Amino acid sequence: MPVIEAKNLLFRYTDKPVLNGVSFALDAARILAVIGPNGSGKTTLLKMLNATLFPDQGQVLLDGRDTRRWTRREIARAVAIVPQESSAIFPFFAEEIVLMGRFPHLGSIAFEDKKDYRIVREAMTQTDCLAYARRRFNELSAGERQRVLIARALAQEPKVLLLDESTVFLDLKHQARFLFMLRELSRVQHLTVVFVTHDVNLAAQNADAILLLYNGKKYAIGTPADVLTVQNIKEVYDVDVGIDSNPHNGLPRVTLFT
Amino acid sequence: MTLSRVLRISALLLVLFAAVCLASLCIGVVSIPAKDLLSVLAGAFGGSPSSPSEEQIILLNVRLPRILFAGIVGASLSSGGVVFQALLRNPLADPYVLGISGGSALGAIIGIVLGAGSFCLGVPFLAFCGALATVFLVFFVAGGTRGLLLDNTLLLAGVVVNAFFSAAILFALSVVNSMELHSITFWLMGDLSGADGKEMILAALCLLAGFGILYAQARKLNLMVQGEETALQMGVNVRTTKYILLCVTSLVTAVAVSLAGIIGFVGIMVPHMMRLVFGSDHRLLLPAAALFGASFLVVADTLARTMIAPAELPVGVITALCGAPYFIFLMRRKGRG
Repeated sequence: MPVIEAKNLLFRYTDKPVLNGVSFALDAARILAVIGPNGSGKTTLLKMLNATLFPDQGQVLLDGRDTRRWTRREIARAVAIVPQESSAIFPFFAEEIVLMGRFPHLGSIAFEDKKDYRIVREAMTQTDCLAYARRRFNELSAGERQRVLIARALAQEPKVLLLDESTVFLDLKHQARFLFMLRELSRVQHLTVVFVTHDVNLAAQNADAILLLYNGKKYAIGTPADVLTVQNIKEVYDVDVGIDSNPHNGLPRVTLFT
Repeated sequence: MTLSRVLRISALLLVLFAAVCLASLCIGVVSIPAKDLLSVLAGAFGGSPSSPSEEQIILLNVRLPRILFAGIVGASLSSGGVVFQALLRNPLADPYVLGISGGSALGAIIGIVLGAGSFCLGVPFLAFCGALATVFLVFFVAGGTRGLLLDNTLLLAGVVVNAFFSAAILFALSVVNSMELHSITFWLMGDLSGADGKEMILAALCLLAGFGILYAQARKLNLMVQGEETALQMGVNVRTTKYILLCVTSLVTAVAVSLAGIIGFVGIMVPHMMRLVFGSDHRLLLPAAALFGASFLVVADTLARTMIAPAELPVGVITALCGAPYFIFLMRRKGRG
């Protein structure tokens, strides 16, 4: 049974549908990249997968159960999201932000115990942000903040991890580290990952499958080699690209002709 | 954040509050030396057969109720400020931000003009009704169309409703006679001299119950500060939580305002001071603000009743005198950062 399944999603903020008949199913330990031009419905799709929004028609199934029938806390224990950006108006320590990831696992007044702190420290080690655990979140750089937010999502101990452009502020070292960690988590702990990105090469190199959205519709879904074709990209993005295969691993490599 | 840290700091602030109360008991038109304080108190509670001395009456019937009342009001306003600032994600929010001040003031003025002061709880009752009516009006204005309370709409609705009531208050002030004008002015500036036993017990019960409910939401408040969407994604039932917090805080504030009038700046300043010292985790921030707010208002009220003794200042004058400069300091600091 797929861990997460979208069935015929239709959603509109106003008249024009943002998502229109999108379906896919994802098994455990798979990594799916969602790509598409601006306004194609990528972020809305993510919000539907963790029940921040509910589709007007169709349904999202988590472990085979409609997200409408999950409680908030249950969903937060199963699905975590790393947002694009987050701002705190009041000063919190980076560590406090990561500790918030433990919320769905605790009662509402409860204080974190040793186990929670251990999980938080582990998550912060994984994203290399333990060094500034006691610094104020809003005084960190964008990339440092992003590492804290990734750690928070890991502290939630989710089965499904959603990433919304979560690598844009990371430097090369931390990007490599993060992507390696994702594949490790997926392989060892069977973490399922859905990530939204504009970087088609990032998608090609790291995803098992790619979902290409265009005007709220599913334009293509499949392996990177299936989806990333010169023709698909020309039609969806209206740009000319060259595609060859990466000499290191044989995966498709997209070069933008400018 | 650990439980022991919360308890340790709360105990510390409780000791501070007790010390402030004891000091305030000694200070006044009739100065009672600290060493006599114990013997007077011991005499009163030891059940000495002689009729109460003048000092006993001053301490137990005049100063003590007033000090406790100041504590209750200070704690109510400060914890209210913490919650509103977090919920509206706005450091400038205070417990009156949803129009509670304007509404209760109008209710009180109507009460004073109609002579409701001669009934038990007459003016406070009308002030309380005014406050609640305003909160519902603001809810309605802000969420009327979609049943969803957005921070900015709520804030804006509060400002608009408050402005409307200010106009109504100015109108009322220009038509009342001078006796009424005096009591209205005192009410508007905040006045703790009218503490009476029944009112105090009522306010204390409201504060305790309300604080208990608010504290149960403390971790959720931490998440709400990160944004409603984040809170939702971390498992908080945002809408329910928001309604609970808004209603309870409004009630606690309305009770305090209706009994003590509009005491400004406490609810906005104390939360910021505590955040600077103890950080933003609401599990510590809420009790710290409540306890420190209590001490703060006791000090302010002690100043209010002694500075131009035997006459009295409205306590709101003192809080505003400390509050406004502090606020400027805060804004300048923020501007630099």
